[in-house]
Amino acid sequence: MSARVEVEERVSFFRTYVFSIDHKMIAKQYLAIGLFWAVVGGLLAYLLRWQLAYPDTEAPGWGFIGPEFYNMLVTMHGTIMVFFVAMPILLGAFGNFLIPLMVGARDMAFPRLNMLSVWTLALSSLVLLISFFVPGGAASAGWTGYPPLSAKPIYTGVNWGLNLWILALALEFASFLMSGINFLTTPINLRAPGMSMFRLPLLVWMQMTAAILFMLSVGPLIAGAIMLLLDRVAGASFYLPQGGGDPLLWQHLFWFFGHPEVYVIFLPGLGIVLEIFPVFSRKPIFGYRPIIYSTIAAGILSFTVWAHHQFISGMDPRLAMPFSVTTILISVPFALMVFAMIATLWGGSISFPTPMLFALGTLAVFLIGGLTGIFNGSAPVDIYIHSTYFVVAHFHYTLFSALFFAGFAGLYFWFPKMFGRMMNEALGKLHFWLTFLLFNAVFIPMFLLGAGGMMRRIANPMQYEFLRPLQPLNTFATIATILLLLAQLPFVVNFFWSLFAGKVAERNPWQANTLEWSAPSPPPHGNFDTVPVVYRGPYEYSHPSVSEEWLPQDRPTMPTATA
Amino acid sequence: MAQTHVVATGVEARVASGIPTGKMGVWWFLASEIVLFGGLIGSFVMSRVGSGGWSEMAAHLSVPLGTFNTFVLLTSSLTMVLAFAAAEKGDQKGMRTWLLLTVLLGLAFLIIKGFEWGSEIGAGFTPMAGSFWSFYYTMTGLHALHVLGGVVVNSILFLSALMGLLRGREHRVELAGLYWHFVDIVWIFLFPLLYLSWTKGGI
Repeated sequence: MSARVEVEERVSFFRTYVFSIDHKMIAKQYLAIGLFWAVVGGLLAYLLRWQLAYPDTEAPGWGFIGPEFYNMLVTMHGTIMVFFVAMPILLGAFGNFLIPLMVGARDMAFPRLNMLSVWTLALSSLVLLISFFVPGGAASAGWTGYPPLSAKPIYTGVNWGLNLWILALALEFASFLMSGINFLTTPINLRAPGMSMFRLPLLVWMQMTAAILFMLSVGPLIAGAIMLLLDRVAGASFYLPQGGGDPLLWQHLFWFFGHPEVYVIFLPGLGIVLEIFPVFSRKPIFGYRPIIYSTIAAGILSFTVWAHHQFISGMDPRLAMPFSVTTILISVPFALMVFAMIATLWGGSISFPTPMLFALGTLAVFLIGGLTGIFNGSAPVDIYIHSTYFVVAHFHYTLFSALFFAGFAGLYFWFPKMFGRMMNEALGKLHFWLTFLLFNAVFIPMFLLGAGGMMRRIANPMQYEFLRPLQPLNTFATIATILLLLAQLPFVVNFFWSLFAGKVAERNPWQANTLEWSAPSPPPHGNFDTVPVVYRGPYEYSHPSVSEEWLPQDRPTMPTATA
Repeated sequence: MAQTHVVATGVEARVASGIPTGKMGVWWFLASEIVLFGGLIGSFVMSRVGSGGWSEMAAHLSVPLGTFNTFVLLTSSLTMVLAFAAAEKGDQKGMRTWLLLTVLLGLAFLIIKGFEWGSEIGAGFTPMAGSFWSFYYTMTGLHALHVLGGVVVNSILFLSALMGLLRGREHRVELAGLYWHFVDIVWIFLFPLLYLSWTKGGI
């Protein structure tokens, strides 16, 4: 062997696994980043729940927590889960992996930009990780970073932790702005012959809508973050009243982004569920176009609801009514999508492999999340439940459903395509039932706690006379949290065991229609043997003219009479 | 294990919408940039309307220098268009000349802006001197960073044209031009908002 060959091999290893421009490897890198942070976020959840159940005692495996450290725990738990778990997994991993495969392209439109975006996220992750170890610790002004608390280091005692938090978020936003350009340009321009916009799988529509929402809402928050950083380090006065600033400005900028951001996370999760339901119901999706129109309507409306987070912030109370109305209005397109999902299941020949269980779990959990949102959205009710555990329970029912139930559904479903092997069904089902039951055991008590008046941002409920009778609920939720975290072990075992020893997957193990199942498992760089030609929509299941229950988008045989 | 690395991407890419892929990418990028500056300008306007004493502050900005700088930036947009027109005609020399002029005008803008900042800070109007000045430095600073980015991109284009690397890739001049005009348009909003919207004794 000459030295030259060895060098070539090393370069190609580097190019394949580290600085890859292949969208599938980049997707796996996003997945790795997301899963890493999910472990961190889960551990933070354990510690903060411990503090709430057994205030100011030693947490097993860690030690004393106390109020200041508790503030850091909740701040970083929220930040990590939303920006460093949900977005990397639901957009970064699934969007990158599936968009080019589903539209029939060989890669993203800008592969190098794609590589830059994942490495920007890696840098951002590093900055966030470092922020835990600087003097004063990580950010502790809440994941929403409201000034004046966040605008002066002296208020929280955290100086560089919060500066680095702002920097990490800015880098994260830059990363997903670059992704967004790819997520939009690829489905618009790189569709395979015959793949019209209305033959795209719904997941692609959802990812595109999410990308537009992100790109058109994050700008003001980037501007706001620059302003916050200048308030902190340069003594500017954007948010500090004594210099002529206004703390409410931040809330508007944050939530103008923050509310569309909810849908940036939620829509890709919904897209995963919408892909899985027809496959395991053996039925076409119900109302393909209405779902697309609802998605667009929800996307537009999502820019008009932000101030429902601020009903008691001191903004002009006359604004409460219009924002209540738009908030109730946005439940209409989502209700329509839920009905379309139920109608897709209706009368189907349903089977229940693990991905389908998680998809059904998403629907069940989201229903509760969505319905409790209506309480929060009406100003008179919100005045009572604002900043209580009712809100905490509500947004975990919406975001946990999208991130974990839909995320796991997608992972179990596309694992064979990503890694070429099947996951274990028995472990998967165990994982689902434990997760489903324990999730509800954690968060149903929080609805009761919230209705009982427990405030969101307190480190020690035992300090309040009126909350003491509710403490058993806190203890119950904490024990359920610990069990919920342990219930993820079957998944971890399953994931790594299947990666190396799972049953080798064929091209189309679920007998599905969309284009990714026409590519080899896993697809090579370049995806398809030849660029596929598309003849029909993505959900032609149980078509009367073919004997099989599925009819792939790229199968040339036209059904006989109906042209 | 040696992985075969088939570089098949992009080459046979289709253009399903009819809009060139590179141009569409730039347009989406600019869409997000519009919202970035939109948020900043919106915040400025809301704060300006909601609090007093800003007219007095705005009166300290140098309108002649701002006007001259506006003229410089507008001219650079013109030279950018001329560079693209030359590129389309296959006139490599013209393209190089106009690109160089665009770069120089961009640098001139930054130098004049830097001089303005220097004299304002010298007069005690630092970012800490109140909300108006906080906004002023943030808005013009972010814009200046964008100008700097454009100068870098245009310089790269100029240098690669000089080395003959741009032949067959002249459409890149158009893409850089889209961005450059955007930066110009942002200034068209900033200039009247910051420099001109005040009255003697107004709020």
